[in-house]
Amino acid sequence: MAKSIDVSDLDIYYGDFLAVQGVNMTIKARSVTAFIGPSGCGKSTVLRSLNRMHEVIPGARVEGKIMVDGQSLYDPSIDPVAVRRQIGMVFQRPNPFPTMSIYDNVLAGNRLNSKRMKKAEQDAIVEKSLRGANLWNEVKDRLNKPGMGLSGGQQQRLCIARAIAVEPQVLLMDEPCSALDPISTSAIEDLIHELKSEFTIVIVTHNMQQAARVSDDTGFFNLKAAGQPGQLVEMNATKKMFSNPDNEATEAYISGRFG
Amino acid sequence: MTTTEVTPTHASLPLTGPRLPQWAPALVGLLAVCAAGLLAMLLGWGIVAFAFLAALLFVVALPLWSVSVEGSRGAVDRLTTSLIWVAFAGAAIPLLWLIWTVLSKGLPAINAAFLTYDMRNVVGDDQGGIYHAIMGTLIITGIAALISVPIGLFCAIYLVEYGKGTRLARWITFLVDVMTGIPSIVAGLFALALFVLIFGPQIRFGFGGSVALSLLMIPVVVRSTEEMLRLVPDDLREASYALGVPKWRTITKVVLPTSLGGIITGVMLAVARVIGETAPLLVIAGKTDSVNLNPFSERMTTLPVYIYYSVTQPGTVPFDAPPGAEAPGIERAWGAALVLIVIVMALNLIARLVGRIFAVKKG
Amino acid sequence: MTTTHETEPEVSPPSQRGDRIFAGLAKSAGLVILAALAAVFIFLAVEGIPGVNQPAETYAPLSSFLPYVGRLLFGTVFAALIALVIAVPFALGIALFISHYAPRVLAAPVAYVVDLLAAVPSVVFGLWGARALAPQLVSVQAWLGEHLGFIPFFAGPASVTGKTVLTAGVVLAIMILPIITAISREIFAQTPRLHEEAALALGATRWEMIRYAVFPYARSGIVSAVMLGLGRALGETMAVALVLSASPVVTLNMISNTNPATIASNIASSFAEATPAKLSVLIATGLVLFAFTFAVNFAARAVVARSERKFSR
Ligand SMILES: Nc1ncnc2c1ncn2[C@@H]1O[C@H](COP(=O)(O)OP(=O)(O)OP(=O)(O)O)[C@@H](O)[C@H]1O
Ligand SMILES: [Mg+2]
Repeated sequence: MAKSIDVSDLDIYYGDFLAVQGVNMTIKARSVTAFIGPSGCGKSTVLRSLNRMHEVIPGARVEGKIMVDGQSLYDPSIDPVAVRRQIGMVFQRPNPFPTMSIYDNVLAGNRLNSKRMKKAEQDAIVEKSLRGANLWNEVKDRLNKPGMGLSGGQQQRLCIARAIAVEPQVLLMDEPCSALDPISTSAIEDLIHELKSEFTIVIVTHNMQQAARVSDDTGFFNLKAAGQPGQLVEMNATKKMFSNPDNEATEAYISGRFG
Repeated sequence: MTTTEVTPTHASLPLTGPRLPQWAPALVGLLAVCAAGLLAMLLGWGIVAFAFLAALLFVVALPLWSVSVEGSRGAVDRLTTSLIWVAFAGAAIPLLWLIWTVLSKGLPAINAAFLTYDMRNVVGDDQGGIYHAIMGTLIITGIAALISVPIGLFCAIYLVEYGKGTRLARWITFLVDVMTGIPSIVAGLFALALFVLIFGPQIRFGFGGSVALSLLMIPVVVRSTEEMLRLVPDDLREASYALGVPKWRTITKVVLPTSLGGIITGVMLAVARVIGETAPLLVIAGKTDSVNLNPFSERMTTLPVYIYYSVTQPGTVPFDAPPGAEAPGIERAWGAALVLIVIVMALNLIARLVGRIFAVKKG
Repeated sequence: MTTTHETEPEVSPPSQRGDRIFAGLAKSAGLVILAALAAVFIFLAVEGIPGVNQPAETYAPLSSFLPYVGRLLFGTVFAALIALVIAVPFALGIALFISHYAPRVLAAPVAYVVDLLAAVPSVVFGLWGARALAPQLVSVQAWLGEHLGFIPFFAGPASVTGKTVLTAGVVLAIMILPIITAISREIFAQTPRLHEEAALALGATRWEMIRYAVFPYARSGIVSAVMLGLGRALGETMAVALVLSASPVVTLNMISNTNPATIASNIASSFAEATPAKLSVLIATGLVLFAFTFAVNFAARAVVARSERKFSR
């Protein structure tokens, strides 16, 4: 039951500062969409506005429309907390809860929402999520150890397990591999391929090859000019973007001829 | 140090300068102590004069030697270095002296009876005790903590999690600063003024003391908790929000547990600070010689107040006492001071231990 | 922790209700602080303002409020200044010792011991000052009176008990040492490493590095640390009350038998026998003390705030 997201005329502000302007796009259900672009052009900002994490920052606000499955995300009747339960997120740096064990970390989303579950049910969720994140075999014998004791790559997969344990519709990933070694990176890329069958995935990456490898569609963001807000320059099927993009700037960026 | 291989005559750049040998400060220090000691013995000076002279000799002699070998810049450096060492030693002396005095005078006063008797009907050098004062201290401080911790904790949560950047938060921050500077006796007078207005001029009771102590404790709790909450990385809050966890649960289940160790340490240090307060309790809790366990009626003595009254009304030295003996009140005051210091130090140590135990474990 | 009771069906709005309650709690805790501080002012004023205008004998040995509180204020400031003059050099020395001079194995224990010093209750300091320190200072003060008697501070005749305002100042100095040390130590430690290394790389000695890189950076921080120490010394009660047998006099003589009282020690020692009229006078002096320490603390914060602005950009 993964969902598609329609974004129209999205402007995103930090206080008075307009960070991103005029974004229009459609993110297809059960596919992987990659955001690429130079640093500071607003990829993270757009991503965070997709599950209303943006407004966590004081003074931050959004104008425009984001429709998920026919509902407007920024409608006053929408509970942002409920939105985030449906649209999960994985961050650039792994951030397991330091006071919790591996087991508790995976269940954190359920526990913190004080969902009451039987022990067997909990065990099942933990195993399913950890298997889903390709981590089960590595940690099944030390589920009660602190999550901080894992390696960086394992921690990141733990965070993915934590995010999928609440069974969201959409999974947002902000440079999930940027703090990881190539082996952990490829483990996570494999994982993204598998997760695609169940979730709608949006991933921000600075790694062109990664975008080409994992995504079905790619959006290229860029600043209009220095000191101007960021914008979505082009969004197309990844194959097309990497072989024959519509926009010159896209081609320049992808082929590395970018200023 | 790294220039041992360079022979200065041959090098185009002079990489070594004339330096005093490494043991020079130690030698000068030793000589200064010896010279001062000799003089002090010959002239029959006290220990204070001796220490002062030794320090002076050291501070003067080393730079003098240095100026003849190392030049003026080196000498100034030597001078300041020795001044700073002397400052350190000078400040260490009173602390050691104080601890030694309290230990040596307090220990003889302490025995089981001292800890379990009160002062009711105690005349002269009868066996008296501090049981009532210990209980008073525990009750009054305990209630003060019960009042201050929730208020301080929630206030810090407001400042860090909810009010960030708002005008109200800025005001509260400012006023917490003001509160930190309230002289403790003013806190006592406030409690007195408040309860005198309510209950009439004769009111003295333990709870009033707790209110006064809370006034002193709340800003400390707010400050330390605030600092601890700010140390929790925003990453964790966002991770929790991204799981669809409401803000208040994020705070209670993620932020507070992560900073628990530091918060507990801060609270215990705050308790340690107010447990030794005298002035406010003198004013509002009053003084009694008997055990009173009800904070809401009647006077209640605490250890510091007990010490104060024992010193100011020490009684007379019994006529059959050995020469040089002190008044019974003074002896009890030293005993109580030792007990108080032990409690405060224990709180300090426990605070740090607890902080370490609750600190986030890795691996 | 999670049991299998089938309670509270999952609906989304409760999250917001819980949030509202919790935020309300937090906010009201902040408001309690506002209210408490307002209450301090109001109740002290209500009980204290009548103290400004009492029958003349209440102010014995003086006859009206202003001279009465004026002399006490003089004593308060005088004792606090003595404490500052003694404490500041030592405190800065120790702070530098911890941040720049001490061998690494010594720095942390010393810092810890200084913190412990801060934890010693003031009444114990007072007891120690009156019973242990004062007798030791008798000969020192006699010497000062003999040889430096031409300076008004040491005019003498020196007290034979040692219980003088100088002794009280020394005790106060030891008490405010930790706070000044702690704050300046933090500030010294925050000096940008780059500045220090730049100075050292130019061939500065350690002291020159401190003079040219550390002090300019730390100046305002030191000022505020000193002011906070001053605030503490102004409000301290017990150390003075136990060491001094004081009377409201104005004198610069630090070593004689007649010593100026401070506001706080005067409250503590006259409180027990106070009539209601006298009590209101004492509360009024307390209000004056509060206002005065407030002004000092406020000035300290202002200095810090200004320098923070200067260094933030
Ligand atoms: N918390 C914030 N407050 C104010 N401005 C912000 C904040 N976070 C980001 N910005 C600004 O918004 C713009 C977009 O930032 P964003 O983090 O979305 O870029 P990005 O494309 O994710 O960059 P990177 O590839 O480096 O992660 C930048 O100009 C940045 O300075
Ligand atoms: Mg980013």
